[in-house]
Amino acid sequence: MEETNYNTETIVADPMVPTLYRVENYVKETSDTFTLAIAPSGSAAEIKTAKQKQLDAAPGQFNMLYVFGMGEVPVSISASPAGGGLLTHTTRDVGSVTKALSALKVGDMLGVRGPFGTSWPVERAVGKDVVLVAGGIGLAPLRPVIHELLARRNDFGRVVVLYGSRSPADIIFKNELKKWKAQPGVIVYVTVDRGSTSWHGSVGVVTRLIPKIRFDPANAIVMICGPEIMMHYTVDALKQRGMSGEDIYVSMERNMKCAVGFCGHCQFGEHFICKDGPVFPYDRLSSLFRKPEI
Amino acid sequence: MKVIERKYLENLFDQLKEMGYDLFGPTVHDGAILYDQIESANELPAGWRDKQEKGTYRLEKSGEPSVFAFAAGPHSWKKFLHPAENLLWRAQRTDDGFKVLKDPEPKRKKAFIGVRSCELNAILIQDKVFLNGLAVDASYQALRKDVFIVAVNCTHPAGTCFCASMNTGPGATKGFDISLTEVLDGDRHYFLAESGSSLGDDVLIDISGHDALDDEIATGKKALEDAVGKMGRNLDTTNIKELLYANSESPVWDEVAARCLSCGNCTMVCPTCFCTTVEDKTDLTGQHDERWSKWDSCFSLEFSYIHTGPVRSTVRSRYRQWMTHKLASWIDQFGTSGCVGCGRCITWCPVGIDITEELAAIRNNQTEKTNQI
Ligand SMILES: Cc1cc2nc3c(=O)[nH]c(=O)nc-3n(C[C@H](O)[C@H](O)[C@H](O)COP(=O)(O)OP(=O)(O)OC[C@H]3O[C@@H](n4cnc5c(N)ncnc54)[C@H](O)[C@@H]3O)c2cc1C
Ligand code: SF4
Ligand code: SF4
Ligand code: FES
Repeated sequence: MEETNYNTETIVADPMVPTLYRVENYVKETSDTFTLAIAPSGSAAEIKTAKQKQLDAAPGQFNMLYVFGMGEVPVSISASPAGGGLLTHTTRDVGSVTKALSALKVGDMLGVRGPFGTSWPVERAVGKDVVLVAGGIGLAPLRPVIHELLARRNDFGRVVVLYGSRSPADIIFKNELKKWKAQPGVIVYVTVDRGSTSWHGSVGVVTRLIPKIRFDPANAIVMICGPEIMMHYTVDALKQRGMSGEDIYVSMERNMKCAVGFCGHCQFGEHFICKDGPVFPYDRLSSLFRKPEI
Repeated sequence: MKVIERKYLENLFDQLKEMGYDLFGPTVHDGAILYDQIESANELPAGWRDKQEKGTYRLEKSGEPSVFAFAAGPHSWKKFLHPAENLLWRAQRTDDGFKVLKDPEPKRKKAFIGVRSCELNAILIQDKVFLNGLAVDASYQALRKDVFIVAVNCTHPAGTCFCASMNTGPGATKGFDISLTEVLDGDRHYFLAESGSSLGDDVLIDISGHDALDDEIATGKKALEDAVGKMGRNLDTTNIKELLYANSESPVWDEVAARCLSCGNCTMVCPTCFCTTVEDKTDLTGQHDERWSKWDSCFSLEFSYIHTGPVRSTVRSRYRQWMTHKLASWIDQFGTSGCVGCGRCITWCPVGIDITEELAAIRNNQTEKTNQI
């Protein structure tokens, strides 16, 4: 049968067909978390098209990463090429495809489809305080926001980053956290569920920090990414401080097979998380959030 | 409107074949009306009618010459436009990685003969999902392109039908190239044919027949009007979205979950259900991978799986998801109900669960609750 080699610049855009990338840099963050910086592979024209596509990627968006023969999973962009560097994803190894991703080496090939989904409301946050609340791997999808806030530091009010991790050993982006902390007007709190002998920081869930932080709830944007239960309690704590649901943003996670609205897997009530989300203003979800088994 | 006598129906088939179409239509197989490739009007299920009820489907001889005197069977046209298994692409290892190959989409033009109004609406609904969203499904687009639709106005609805409630039938109003109403009047057996597109005009012109007379038109119209009264089911769509959104914790979900086997039959036979999963098929050498999309069902446990476990672990939540999607959230997503009232899910449910009864139960429960307050 006649076949078309699909990785050429002339293709009609079939949203299910991936673009080929190679691993350029591999950083092991923790025992089960790793960061892959990747670059498109192929002819000069192919590379140009691929780069153009990801240059528009906004903080909060995600890609579908394909490992040969293993499958494809949604992973958020943890550093965007818009900042001048490479397209980057940070992943926790939790199952078959993420394990295969973790086994890739520099130079290995992978497939990428995207970027997909809605982004964090960075423009809405201009002139306001910005509070970012991350649980576990949830810091990865928020990292491009931090990069952008710091690059345009004067556009925003106070910047507060609250990050909860299971244990000190599970903290990702350790060096960057230190750098962010050193910036003027940037507050970074890290808390762990379980401490260790060498841990001198805060112990306890991240929501416990909310009553203590300094920001103006009437003039702030909050972005939350983490397990649903953590996001639920964080929203409660923020409401206690007088925040309104339209200024709180959450990133949702559901099974995804297509990322473009075809497969039906990511439905959350009337929303398709892949295209209406993953980032939503909390108000749009409040009737569904934490409703069991929706 | 044109009248085509039964003996000239073959003209339509010849005409379409001459124009390069492969023809697909109803045939009798394994005791059911199934859609398959056909060559001639003589392969149509002449003299068959169906009896459908909760959990039962039976074909019987009617003793009449009609060729379209039955309602929807287990197949729907989605099997041709959104196949149960579809090869998305293939990947092949190379010296320094792999390459992705896409086989060309099939180019043969298809004509669907005998598409019911409910099914036509189902096709238009799937068009919204795959063609009018954020992205265009390339496989669906290729299969849907150039489909010639010969609709059949439904004069023999089944006991499980309720298209009149859903505003999707029994007469076809849009989306077809030609529509036919089959009329048996004494010794006469003819079709009232109407064109719905310029292509339909071109085809009709070349078929032997005459301009319909007033009494012929009236006979056809009456048959269609009578059909509305022959439907075995109805569904009250008043405020249906609000009703279901407000009743996500109705005790009715527990009752239906106690009977539902979570087999997914209802989703497989439904002409609008579009969900798929993807599967990688690697060969033994590990050099090739094929990525397939396959029909999936929200009734399976894996459907909602994330690494912390399935989101919808109970049958209650899965039935609720299915019905709420069909009748309520679909409206928010696509501006139309996801149900066209074809009755397939009622007929093919092994335990006879009936979407119209379940919705009525939710409505009654809600009314009782309101009355108590
Ligand atoms: C929008 C979005 C962004 C994400 N961003 C990140 C990220 O930045 N870093 C990160 O580590 N993880 C992220 N995830 C979660 C990640 O997709 C899952 O951990 C991954 O799919 C697990 O696949 P697996 O094959 O390794 O696990 P298995 O348990 O073997 O999963 C089998 C299959 O189930 C599905 N599945 C399982 N868990 C999830 C899940 N949590 N979400 C969606 N589908 C799932 C996948 O189709 C997977 O192939 C994100 C998920 C979504 C929806
Ligand atoms: S839900 Fe049932 S009646 Fe409605 S379109 Fe689907 S199969 Fe037909
Ligand atoms: S409603 Fe009937 S057909 Fe559908 S999953 Fe349940 S038992 Fe199967
Ligand atoms: S992931 Fe397929 S519809 Fe959203």
